[in-house]
Amino acid sequence: MSTVFDIRDLNVRFSTPDGEVAAVSEVSLALKPGECLGLVGESGSGKSQTFMAAMGLLARNGTASGAVHYGGTNLLTANETDLNKIRGDRVAMIFQDPMTSLTPHMKVGKQLGEVLIHHRKMSAREARAAALDMLKRVHVPEAERRLDMYPHELSGGLRQRVMIAMALLCGPEVLIADEPTTALDVTVQAQILDLLREVRVQHGTAIVLITHDLGVIAGLADRVAVMYAGRIVEVGDVRQIFRSPRHPYTAGLLSCTPSLENRVTATALTTIPGQPPNLQRLPAGCAFHPRCVKVDDRCRAERPALVGDTACFKAEAA
Amino acid sequence: MGETLLDVRDLKVHFPVKVGGGLFGRFAPLKAVDGIDFTIIAGETLGVVGESGCGKSTLGRAILQLTPATAGSVAWLGCDLTKADKDDIRACRKELQVVFQDPLASLDPRMTAGSIIAEPLRNFHPDLPPETVKARVAAMMEKVGLLPAMINRYPHEFSGGQCQRIGIARAMILSPKLIICDEPVSALDVSIRAQVINLLMDLQREYGLSLIFISHDLAVVRHISHRVMVLYLGRIMELAERDALYAAPKHPYTQALLASVPIPDPDRERAKTRVILTGDPPSPLNPPSGCVFRTRCWKATETCATTVPALDQAAHGHQVACHHWRG
Repeated sequence: MSTVFDIRDLNVRFSTPDGEVAAVSEVSLALKPGECLGLVGESGSGKSQTFMAAMGLLARNGTASGAVHYGGTNLLTANETDLNKIRGDRVAMIFQDPMTSLTPHMKVGKQLGEVLIHHRKMSAREARAAALDMLKRVHVPEAERRLDMYPHELSGGLRQRVMIAMALLCGPEVLIADEPTTALDVTVQAQILDLLREVRVQHGTAIVLITHDLGVIAGLADRVAVMYAGRIVEVGDVRQIFRSPRHPYTAGLLSCTPSLENRVTATALTTIPGQPPNLQRLPAGCAFHPRCVKVDDRCRAERPALVGDTACFKAEAA
Repeated sequence: MGETLLDVRDLKVHFPVKVGGGLFGRFAPLKAVDGIDFTIIAGETLGVVGESGCGKSTLGRAILQLTPATAGSVAWLGCDLTKADKDDIRACRKELQVVFQDPLASLDPRMTAGSIIAEPLRNFHPDLPPETVKARVAAMMEKVGLLPAMINRYPHEFSGGQCQRIGIARAMILSPKLIICDEPVSALDVSIRAQVINLLMDLQREYGLSLIFISHDLAVVRHISHRVMVLYLGRIMELAERDALYAAPKHPYTQALLASVPIPDPDRERAKTRVILTGDPPSPLNPPSGCVFRTRCWKATETCATTVPALDQAAHGHQVACHHWRG
């Protein structure tokens, strides 16, 4: 099957006063048209930086190497003009906090319209009409009135809907959603997840869903990639990953997540011992080995490569 | 049945908020907590759940007398803290402790872990010799899973999970009877969250502690709590034993809340029936008349708009505030 968005051997390094930090290492991900790829990991696992790098949005002290292909263009080497033709148009991104990613002093209608005036060369009037239409499609109540409101006048859920509307204005092929529901209450989260589901069906948009919440992944993703310490440790079909995880880290994450479905027992929750590693002082061998239940001498000395769908010497047979 | 530690009666916390602009704007009460009754007995964990703005944190702060109550009483072992003087409240603080959400922000960055944990001891037992204080701090650090060798480190040298352990050690050092935990694991990564929950449950078993566990995470609350209280716009919607509440929620809001939580299982998550609430919680400045939940409720009738539902005893130990809980 064809690929719409292809990340090859991506490395992201940040130079800091304390030395270089390897935020992302040797990450390859291919996104098929219309699919939803879930990217899971804890803070510092590199899940957000992978796509920040792919979109040319790294902080100034960050450098990316490797290749990120979209429609014949390598986004890492493209100049700003070419990049801006793709960003916000063919590939759109939404972030965790819709308050900080909307311009606070610009009315919603104008912010939305700007996208179309820039990318589609529409007149202000056409852009406003298209913006209104899109707000209605993402079920913003009283859409007409919202066009003349400022972001701070909207609730968190509505702001996220406005962000999604803005991302969809140009009919992107790929939507990158970085923790889109983390800042929202559960009842509002359910609404936004439903909207993303609808976006896939109605617009055929491929979605990258970056999150730490396995429940969110379970409801939406077709495939899942699990990241730990900047590397992909397991990738596979969503049902396969949840039913029979092969990497001990994936298995640990699944078992330490309390669920409303499991029987409650008086026993303690399963935990992954220890803490996520410091990226400046990664352990030798497999980065997960100090916390792993299956560790042996080889894990301490040698780093397992991502072979097939998992990066572990001790992987459970599929 | 243990002794009743805390007895909260008709507690109200209203904040005056300026509405209307200019010099002559008037003040309206923001009803953060609006008439809450419950008790805590020794050794139990009460989970308090609700969405942002439901008053769950204000409730915790009002019990601790960190925010003054507008009306009602908070009786700690029979002594009403809302009317008590400073010395009495200070005496209660020995037995009534708190753990906050942001582990780093709630620790003084210029104090070492050891001095942070020792502070309550030095405060309440100034005569203790330094060696005793140090020994008790080291023992407590070990208890909460910190290396006593880290006693002279500063908060920024610890990870989020470790900082939360310092916060828990500080709360535990005076051997309190009740700890109010305000979103203690919300800022932590998934793998660390389970460790901290286990720690709290272990400490509870070992010392017979009571916990008020405030959280928006229904799965975590279910794991740790004996009883669960569901708040919406400052009022109790439902209060029941854990298993009764999760297996057979009677209030439409509890039902919707539970249905909104994603299940980490692709097949069951995709197959489940969705109860999706429309809209957002209304502003506590201008709550709906009658039942505060009625604007998002699919069972709402005219009665709901006119009459505030009482907290009915639906079954033994199962209270629900809804005109339509019977069906």
